Amino acid sequence: MPDYKWPDATRRALMGKRHSRIDGPDKVSGKAKYTQDRKLPDMLYGRIVRCPYAHAKVVSVDTSAAEKMPGVRAVTVIQGPGKEIHWAGDEIVAIAATDENIARDAARSVKVVYEQLPHFVREEDLSEAGSQIKDPEEKTEGDPDKGFKEADVVSEGVYGLPVITHCTFESHGSLNAWEGDDKLLAYISTQAVSDVGSGYAQPLKIPAANVHILQDHIGGGFGSKFSTDRWDVEAAVLAKKAGKPVRMVLDRDEELKVAGARPSTFARVKVAAKKDGTILAWDSTSWGTGGLTGAGAPPLPYCWRIPYRLKHYAVATNIGPSRAWRAPNHPQACCITMGALEDLAATLKMDPLDLFLKNIEMTAPRANLYKEELLKAAEMIEWKKKWHPRGDTTPGHIKKGLGLSIHTWGGRGHVSENRVTIHADGSVSCELASQDLGTGTRTVIAIVAAETLGLPISAITVKIGDNRYPRSGASGGSTTVGGVSASTRRATVDARDLLFQKVAPALNADAAKLEAVGGRIQVQGDPTKSMTWKQACARLGATPIVATGKCIGGRDELTNQGVGGAQMVEVAVDTETGIVKIEKFVAVQDVGYLISLKTAESQMYGAIIMGISYSLFEEKIMDPTTGRMVNPNMEFYKLAGIGDIGRIQVHMVMNKEQDERGVIGLGEPPVVSPGAAIGNAIANAIGIRVPNLPFTPDRVLAALEKRGGLS
Amino acid sequence: MARSRDPDKRPRKGLSRRAFLSRGAGLAIAAPIVTGTGLPAPQGAAADVKILGPGKVPVTLRVNGKTHSLNVEPRVTLLEALRTHLDYTGAKKVCDRATCGACTVIMGGKEVYACSILAVEAQGKDILTVEGLSASGKLHPIQEAFIEHDATQCGFCTPGFVVACKALLDRNPNPTVADIEKGLGGNLCRCGTYVGIRQAVLSAAKTMKGGRTDA
Amino acid sequence: MRAFEYASPTTKEQAVALLGEKWGEIEVLAGGTDLLSLMKDDVAQPKRLVDIKEVKELQGIKYAPATGLRLGALVTMQELLENPAIKKEYPALAQAADGITSPQIRNAGTVGGDLCQRPRCWYFRDGMGLLAQDAKGRPLVPEGENRYHAILGNSGPAYFVNPSSLAPALIALGASIRIFGPKGPREVGAGEFFVTPKTNGEREYVLKPNEIVTDILVPPAAGARNATYEVRQREALDWPLAAAAVALKMSGARISSARVVLGHVAPVPWPAPEAEKFLAGKTVSEQVAQDAGASALRGAKALSQNTYKIQLAKVAVKRAILRAAQGRV
Repeated sequence: MPDYKWPDATRRALMGKRHSRIDGPDKVSGKAKYTQDRKLPDMLYGRIVRCPYAHAKVVSVDTSAAEKMPGVRAVTVIQGPGKEIHWAGDEIVAIAATDENIARDAARSVKVVYEQLPHFVREEDLSEAGSQIKDPEEKTEGDPDKGFKEADVVSEGVYGLPVITHCTFESHGSLNAWEGDDKLLAYISTQAVSDVGSGYAQPLKIPAANVHILQDHIGGGFGSKFSTDRWDVEAAVLAKKAGKPVRMVLDRDEELKVAGARPSTFARVKVAAKKDGTILAWDSTSWGTGGLTGAGAPPLPYCWRIPYRLKHYAVATNIGPSRAWRAPNHPQACCITMGALEDLAATLKMDPLDLFLKNIEMTAPRANLYKEELLKAAEMIEWKKKWHPRGDTTPGHIKKGLGLSIHTWGGRGHVSENRVTIHADGSVSCELASQDLGTGTRTVIAIVAAETLGLPISAITVKIGDNRYPRSGASGGSTTVGGVSASTRRATVDARDLLFQKVAPALNADAAKLEAVGGRIQVQGDPTKSMTWKQACARLGATPIVATGKCIGGRDELTNQGVGGAQMVEVAVDTETGIVKIEKFVAVQDVGYLISLKTAESQMYGAIIMGISYSLFEEKIMDPTTGRMVNPNMEFYKLAGIGDIGRIQVHMVMNKEQDERGVIGLGEPPVVSPGAAIGNAIANAIGIRVPNLPFTPDRVLAALEKRGGLS
Repeated sequence: MARSRDPDKRPRKGLSRRAFLSRGAGLAIAAPIVTGTGLPAPQGAAADVKILGPGKVPVTLRVNGKTHSLNVEPRVTLLEALRTHLDYTGAKKVCDRATCGACTVIMGGKEVYACSILAVEAQGKDILTVEGLSASGKLHPIQEAFIEHDATQCGFCTPGFVVACKALLDRNPNPTVADIEKGLGGNLCRCGTYVGIRQAVLSAAKTMKGGRTDA
Repeated sequence: MRAFEYASPTTKEQAVALLGEKWGEIEVLAGGTDLLSLMKDDVAQPKRLVDIKEVKELQGIKYAPATGLRLGALVTMQELLENPAIKKEYPALAQAADGITSPQIRNAGTVGGDLCQRPRCWYFRDGMGLLAQDAKGRPLVPEGENRYHAILGNSGPAYFVNPSSLAPALIALGASIRIFGPKGPREVGAGEFFVTPKTNGEREYVLKPNEIVTDILVPPAAGARNATYEVRQREALDWPLAAAAVALKMSGARISSARVVLGHVAPVPWPAPEAEKFLAGKTVSEQVAQDAGASALRGAKALSQNTYKIQLAKVAVKRAILRAAQGRV
């Protein structure tokens, strides 16, 4: 039985260490090609005519002017007369032309008559939502009534996170080319190279086997690029009509209006506790929207097993559809829960770190790990030295405060299959239909393969981004690193063992006694009986070694799930302007068996920065009268810049215990806590809770006003 | 012909009033003289000013030391010209509104947003794109530092950042962290690579002063 | 962007002759950082762009202690920022340029363009017109998303804020704007350059469609302490939520006279005569600066979402005064 087990710390040369990402040179030199960079001969440019109203019925569509325009090669009506449109920006007509500007001219010439219908786009105040509110979901666990009865203290608060967008830098899009009548080649910006093809096959009525997907690089996904979109399919339809390839790429405003949003959640919470800080019960009423379908209930109370009663209302709105956003529902649940607990600590006049530690058993089954992580984070930020009771009493208008949060995530590896080939010239390739979202998929595969084969990372050629390679799952749920690591490990172990069998006679040894280290095949522990990797491979002759390895997902023993992390932040609030600056942000994270430390740390930094961004700046702002998004641009849909992030320190928990768990994904967990930690730090600094994100000057000043005026 | 709004029939090149008149063989004197967009042709002080477009006009761009001749409408931006009409796809289109910095190039020695400059305006100026930094096949110290400090994730903002860092270090070879944060205020990243970028600029500054050749 | 024709004159006479008599048909292109965005958003639909960057006489910075400062309209924000005389004599201008925290914008953007850029009002940019009205002509701003809109001069029909970075400082410093048109040059005070439009077809400045800004003239600071303070949420490129520029003539430790002008609070840069009156004869202190801020905003009236901007504008005044008094850039 081959030994696939992950080598422990004493037996690994590469894994768990810092290595530069292997596609770095392509990315820093502009050579990396993204979907938007792809061109094909005679390619046409696609444009979509979109509905300007949040709720309307299409009365008539006149595309005659567009069709007559020189350079226009194909026009299709996507939603014609009689169709009811539920958000501004929905697709009405698709156009393909020889030039991008002509396509825009043509789109402007299309005349659509609409019958406007009433719309609803603001859900923050539930009392205004009326009939848009769907039947509540209710859930109770344990005996919350008993807790509230026995409580010494009941803390109440309101918390909320608005709808935000993904704002991937590479907007959604695809380049679609027909090869014959029923074969489609699609370069598409996707998080699911293996599976996205079916999204073309069904509507285009062609066999899924005939859809060829290619993608070298993707300019961000964050959960918004799992399937084909209507504009992709329509581009393929246009391509067929015109007999030419069609590239359809969204503009920034389209991207922000229709191509990705995180549902909002608002909540009124009551938490009951004993005077000594023992948490007894939770009661919350929450609501939110993800567009027409409302928003699912967030997992409250988050991370803490508190007897609870929940009521959640989904509110239907005409803001456009939502999509999975990095750790769906977790940032919302986290922010509400950790905010309510910090408010409880303030009511009890307790240090929230003490409150967390006192009740840490309620975070079972990971209580010990959370405790360890909280203490480590506290040490990194000097919590005990810097923390003060609510309201910084330092004179002056700059008030500092500390906040904390914990989070969790699954992250088990997805189903993945890797085909490894060892060639007679010594070169090695890994082929799998995966994708690298910037998380380091390629690099992780190369590290695992190189480690197993005793080669340098540069010796491995990683081929991903083509659905003709063996299937590997979509990059969602932090499942990729676990999945591809496991499949790569098995494939390379098998390939290596086949090579051992091939060369064992020449080394006069038992194949089971060979090892591959330092670019050589040798008898275990005896470098005198060895040959170089190249010499070994030369013995393969005309038949390379091909081995496939799988990650089966579910119960695969090379991967695991269930990570935790603790984050703490120090903020400085200017109480005259309400401007919040991040001073220092620390994060401690467990992640099982760590393959690639440098890219893992980058995931941490990146997630925290994204978290800072949604905490301080981001909001999809909807106008009540027009029903349109007023900030579909990067000027007013604000993202944190390099000067807005303070100092960030991350610490990965790496030890034997973690190693024994197997590989777990990391993309999502660290993005969960920042909103909670920053909100708590602001409350600690200024002495009052700012209920809703993002923590902009208007919201912070309104809270200060409520506290009793400005300092 | 001059009144035609059919883009395919518009005059291919800009006409000065004089050229127009001579072509009109004197007969045009009675008719109002208009340009391809239907505006009155320039008169008086501006009579000799060449009107380009609205149709395609010849444009010459000098990119990374190479001269390129293309034929584009005046409405084509430098970014579109680089990406679509030439094959410099390093500069990316993200906001397309002079905000995010993904399209940053160095023009005439200064960093600018290529999305907000017309190709016709960029003529006669040296344009440096990210591709030009490693034209010799060897990566620039800034690019090396970006790799070393993992200052890239999805990589879509990276070329713009690399070019902005080049301009920053050209102006200030020994920046502090505060200088870096301020000097890169015109570039944004969604994946959150800023920690790596800060480190990369600091270390590239060191390397470059160490005597390695600059692009 | 719709198709347009392009002309690149080399003299201001040519430039002006290429312009038309109607707004919108022909636009002046300088840095392009605003105009091209407006065109991409189909808010501006010019048929001709007159690129004035080759008009060399519109370039250049000249400073002499006796005559003051002359900025050509084509001077870039970066050139302004790097000029040592401006840094020393007119820190209010340098600080305003420094607030544009994107070198790319500062390298392309010109001082003339800074004055003539259009409002950032998101309804305007979404095609609802300068006055931001729905199809029936009802204003969208008062009950809409007005967090960044005006708190002064906002009784309608205009609710946007003037976006200029330099205007408050220029007005506080007593600058004038030189304009060139078919009838030759004319000059207006920087304060008179901006107007509040009453209809969608009007502009926010006194230029006629066939006129261009050629120069900005700033009288000698003559020792007047001046400063700009902008309240911006982000360190990355971000619009001020409120701004103030002040120029303080001192007699010893006392202010003999003061100019206080607010930015990003009204459809035009907003002088604050009450604050100026209040400051005259006072010695600068934290309290005096704060009280000046309060008096500057006495007439402010919030819309449904922008009460906070009143506080921010007060702080901008206060901090501009304190910054000016410290005399530090």
